[in-house]
Amino acid sequence: MEFFLQQLINGLTLGGIYALIALGYTMVYGIIQLINFAHGEFFAAGGYMGVILLSFLAGQGYLQTHPWLCLGGAMLLAMVFCAFLAMAVEKVAYMPLRKSTRLAALVSALGMSIFLSNGLMLTQGVYDKPYPAAFSQGGFEFGNIVVSYLQIMIVLITIGLLIFLNILVFKTRIGKAMRATAQDKVMSALVGINSNKIISLTFAIGASLAAAAGIMVGLYYGSVNYTMGFVPGIKAFAAAVLGGIGNITGAMLGGLIIGMVEIFGAGYISGQYKDVFAFIILIAVLYFRPTGIMGENVDDTRV
Amino acid sequence: MVWLFGLLWPLLGIHADGTLSFTRAFNVWFYIFAVTLVIVVVVVLQKQGILDGFGRSLGAGKTGLTAVYARTPQWAWIAAVAVLALVFPMFTGRYEQDVAINVLVYVCLGLGLNIVIGLAGMLDLGYIAFYGVGAYTYALLSVNFQIPFWLSLPVAAFTACIAGCIIGYPTLRMRGDYLAIVTLGFGEIVRIILNNWMELTNGPNGILGIKAPGIFFPSFAEGFSLEHLYLKKLHYLYYVILLLAVFTVIAVRRLNISRIGRAWEAIREDETAAELMGVNTYRLKLLAYAMGAIFAGLAGAFFAARVRFVSPESFTFLESATVLAMVVLGGMASIPGVILGALALIVLPEIFREFELYRMLCLGGAMVMMMVFKPSGFIAAKRLGRRSEEREG
Repeated sequence: MEFFLQQLINGLTLGGIYALIALGYTMVYGIIQLINFAHGEFFAAGGYMGVILLSFLAGQGYLQTHPWLCLGGAMLLAMVFCAFLAMAVEKVAYMPLRKSTRLAALVSALGMSIFLSNGLMLTQGVYDKPYPAAFSQGGFEFGNIVVSYLQIMIVLITIGLLIFLNILVFKTRIGKAMRATAQDKVMSALVGINSNKIISLTFAIGASLAAAAGIMVGLYYGSVNYTMGFVPGIKAFAAAVLGGIGNITGAMLGGLIIGMVEIFGAGYISGQYKDVFAFIILIAVLYFRPTGIMGENVDDTRV
Repeated sequence: MVWLFGLLWPLLGIHADGTLSFTRAFNVWFYIFAVTLVIVVVVVLQKQGILDGFGRSLGAGKTGLTAVYARTPQWAWIAAVAVLALVFPMFTGRYEQDVAINVLVYVCLGLGLNIVIGLAGMLDLGYIAFYGVGAYTYALLSVNFQIPFWLSLPVAAFTACIAGCIIGYPTLRMRGDYLAIVTLGFGEIVRIILNNWMELTNGPNGILGIKAPGIFFPSFAEGFSLEHLYLKKLHYLYYVILLLAVFTVIAVRRLNISRIGRAWEAIREDETAAELMGVNTYRLKLLAYAMGAIFAGLAGAFFAARVRFVSPESFTFLESATVLAMVVLGGMASIPGVILGALALIVLPEIFREFELYRMLCLGGAMVMMMVFKPSGFIAAKRLGRRSEEREG
């Protein structure tokens, strides 16, 4: 029972992170029907930006005196950075291909992903970068169950970001424009929505959520690596598909489920095969219910 | 474009100890910037028509060349290439032969993937898994049962084909981009299994002691007998892979111009229309997938026989991406294109050894550039549908 509860908490933490990454996939897919392979790299870039900013602050001595302020600032800066990076990537690699074949856009996205991860490797080196250890200590203990402050923080930040995103998408004018563009690009352009701007903005929002996730993963595991975007990227995509691609609530739910399955699978079945569970879910969902658990009817013109 | 670089300049030039050092990042981004600048300038100039004069002379040269090409019969070209390939090991050293073997292995892989991507139009990102299956099949057969290479070759192709069907069966009902991510997932699953199934595959340590291919060589020392020789010499291996590559080229060419090839191309251009015309899309897609897997299995078995060691390290996603890049850069659905792609992607990194680190970076960049500027590749296939040409403009 204790083991179960402990795993539940770990799964919640991991699931929240997957949910944040999955949102980027699902939003981009919803609006331009493209799997953004480079999304995992935004996540990695966010993690790196976090390590750089926090190390810099630690070197200046601010991190020790105002840890939370520094973390907040670093996270905000990293999110802004990744937002701009995503917009730039979109302009270079995706916008020229909007009218071309699906295959061309996918290959371009894949190329961008390889380009970015190797760019990270070349500029930052192949070795793991450690996060400054300012937050990793301490936590609550209930009997044998340990909930670290870090986990609580991750869950809280995730919830905060998800609420913020929900408000943005469902309550504001920008959100309305985004939803309209996702439904019908031509019609929304006719009523005066600048669809290029909206697409750009969608990439930016998705990437900034991924950047936040990247920092939290870096803090949680203590280090970042240039390949860190690849596997979480696929798993988050599995989460997005599970929730019904294009569906924001579904992506959140899907992320949580994938996180839980991975943690419980690793705990109860086999730790070595933990990466396999997410893929199996992905394949099973695509096979039995391609629209996902919350998905609407998807037309099958996806070539 | 410009502000992408504005953003990338400072990217990650800060060291963990809090000091700023931009030299390393500066170097990297400087190379990228220089290359991109050249390409952008060329494209802009071309658009404004400044390069027209240059382009005309180039065009004249090209038409001259094509005229020469058209006048010489095709068998002459093929014969020339064949002779060149046959005498190649006689005038070159170990290093060149090694590179040539690599190129030919990737030609097999690229042509196999070309069936899946180029002909049937399905993006397969887990292709290297079949290569791995083929390699491990031969490795296990050779180490555990001492089965010779030539006998294992069809077995490896068969197991790869079975693996292709297992993977293809549930995934091929999906279309396009879902397929891409599912095959990516499957590729990873195969790698993880190879890595963790200690009893069978010896995990990350790999399998050692695989036998090289052998032949029966007539020997007249004591009367007439057949002597079994292992082809450990590099130039013998070169001929083995040359044989495989030629077989692959012929097979893919025959498939391409057959009824099946046409059906695949119909599926690529418009799946719904193909189905309406009476093409059994599901079965043909599965067939394309299995065919691709077979060639990967053959190449994999050869790889195991040549290196005589297999480990999961050789079958990562980056390998899949490299093969994909060969197909995409050379020209989808075009056999000379894929061969050119394999040649370019193996030989160029050998020439630019000092830029080894930049290999994957350039690969990624080149994939994006190619898709943006010339989606049909360097040597475009003759029978690409109107649809794709239209979009090229």
